[in-house]
Amino acid sequence: MDLLEHQGKEFFGRYGLPVSPGFVARGVPGAREIADRLGYPVVVKAQVHIGGRGKAGGIRLAQDAEEVAAAAESILGMDIGGHTVGCVLVEAAARIAAEYYASFTLDRSGGRYLGMLSARGGVDIEAVAESDPGSIARIWVDPVEGLGESEVRGWVRAARLDETAADELVEVLLQLYQAFVDGDADLVEINPLILTTDGRVRVLDAKVTLDDNSLFRHPEYSAYDATQPRDEREASAHALGLQYVGLDGTVGVIANGAGLAMSTVDVVAQAGGAAANFLDIGGGADVDTMAAALRVINNDPSVKAIFINIFGGIVQGEVVAQGILDALDRVELRAPIVLRLDGTNADQGRAMVAPQLSEMLMMADSMSGGAARAVEIAGSG
Amino acid sequence: MSIWLDERSRVVYQGLTGRAGRFHALRNRAYGTRVVAGTNPSKAGTSVEGIPVFATVGDAVEATRADVSCVFVPAPYVRGAVVEAAEGGVTLVVVITEGVPAKDEAWLGGKLGRDHPEVRVIGPNCPGLISPGKANVGITAGDIALPGGPVGLVSRSGTLTYQALYELKQAGIGVTTCVGIGGDPVPGTSFTDCLAAFEEDPETSAVMMIGEIGGSAEEEAAAFIAEHMTKPVVAYIAGITAPPGKKMGHAGAIVSGGKGTAAAKIETLGAAGVRVGESPAEAGSLMVEVVADL
Repeated sequence: MDLLEHQGKEFFGRYGLPVSPGFVARGVPGAREIADRLGYPVVVKAQVHIGGRGKAGGIRLAQDAEEVAAAAESILGMDIGGHTVGCVLVEAAARIAAEYYASFTLDRSGGRYLGMLSARGGVDIEAVAESDPGSIARIWVDPVEGLGESEVRGWVRAARLDETAADELVEVLLQLYQAFVDGDADLVEINPLILTTDGRVRVLDAKVTLDDNSLFRHPEYSAYDATQPRDEREASAHALGLQYVGLDGTVGVIANGAGLAMSTVDVVAQAGGAAANFLDIGGGADVDTMAAALRVINNDPSVKAIFINIFGGIVQGEVVAQGILDALDRVELRAPIVLRLDGTNADQGRAMVAPQLSEMLMMADSMSGGAARAVEIAGSG
Repeated sequence: MSIWLDERSRVVYQGLTGRAGRFHALRNRAYGTRVVAGTNPSKAGTSVEGIPVFATVGDAVEATRADVSCVFVPAPYVRGAVVEAAEGGVTLVVVITEGVPAKDEAWLGGKLGRDHPEVRVIGPNCPGLISPGKANVGITAGDIALPGGPVGLVSRSGTLTYQALYELKQAGIGVTTCVGIGGDPVPGTSFTDCLAAFEEDPETSAVMMIGEIGGSAEEEAAAFIAEHMTKPVVAYIAGITAPPGKKMGHAGAIVSGGKGTAAAKIETLGAAGVRVGESPAEAGSLMVEVVADL
């Protein structure tokens, strides 16, 4: 789950990190009102789930009410990399003396946490890692041991950050670590972390990805769910509890299990077509799940053929067959189905479907055969 | 031979009294697995279809000499359950549960690595492991695997594992052990761990590995193969068409910052001498060729 900047700052605020005062506005009058309250100058920042806002003109400094109105006017509704700006963060401007970079993430292969710190902040850190790798100080943290103050002090020194601000930097980095661990984040990144002209440390930007699996510890995160970037199809699938990712093709895909669903999308491409979506109905799918999945796929106007690829493990062939038959009763299909069914009780499932076979429901005897058939239908439709 | 699990393994089910735990423990027992115990702190002294229930894994080990645990408890309790299993004395812990936070997985890795280095964890979010004809621990449908080897199988995905077992069975090829390592960011057992065990196993003559986008486990496996494996490896990697930045069902299946793509994994494995199939069916055919040449 990716947070918008203002959500990330609110999240950081809970762990004591120093964020500048600011509020979110959805319209020009709201932006002006916030700016008047904060005092000038302010920064008006587009809130979107994508980087490169500055270059796209999505971040503007405003000295007075007129400039705030002009900035909000131009940024709201702007398209940044395919994301429409729905709201802006209006924040008190800071005087910047130095820009740093700080982050914690999970080092998957080592099963440890990786902290990165650099005196070269405010720019794309991937580019810095390429051009000047020595300027990034890395620290690996054992999840059981945790991170101590003296290690952080050494880390700040290794990154060659301003010594005079070391105490405050250490405190902020420990708070950032706490937010990462206690907040169950996959990533916390501050770029830039700044030193102001009067020597204070401030969080100027916030990029936070939370672990979807940690919701049981943080029920309040469900509020962030509503602002996740989803197209219309993804939103309706999500509301039905389906694992769905929208794609650009014409073959609707339903499979059981994430790996098989991914593989099905690949095999459709190898057959010369393109999948309209990734959809995993899960290992223990029931009749209702199948009906819901078919409804979502059927509502996608770009879908010209539907490929259902099921390998029964826990989910049994006759349950899948019943799900499809029920769904056919409930849903008026706009595109034909190609069904491939193997695994547990596949014979029973195929026997149940056999009397219903038609131009709208066809059987395939293998995964690649089914993909080829679905691609052919989609191409001719 | 097989790796880590055979007909002598004695298995305790944590969460035996729950719906999924009961269903799969009984299914595993019907397959021939020695299912010796279950645990539930509030139901000690009862039994499930003749399987005695104990309060803790420690009690179960003492009474039944269980040496493997299979975990079906809900995600919030997995961290505690795995520690309990390790402290209770089993040496293999198979965690089927999905939805475990990555922080809990990383913490468990550190904790067990230090206090119980003899304990192997497989999963979480995995189908378990099966040594066909000997024992099945987890949720794999046992009848789709042909016993006898010579292939060892390791996979990050559940249903793709079934698909691969099925491809091999269609071709009349048996499997020594099939390990589902799971689709989470910090699995207890890696591809490399499995490859090393298969390299050591005298009855395994070739290995099939099934990976997917996200992380660098396949690249690490490639490095291990290039340096240490004498046995041939065939691979399949899912997600070649997956869009960047999107989580494809599994918590660990995401291409982020241009890293973890299927294309990069396929190239690295190819450079290490691994034959990579473009589809599960093609990987199956490649394995048929490899086995014919053994």
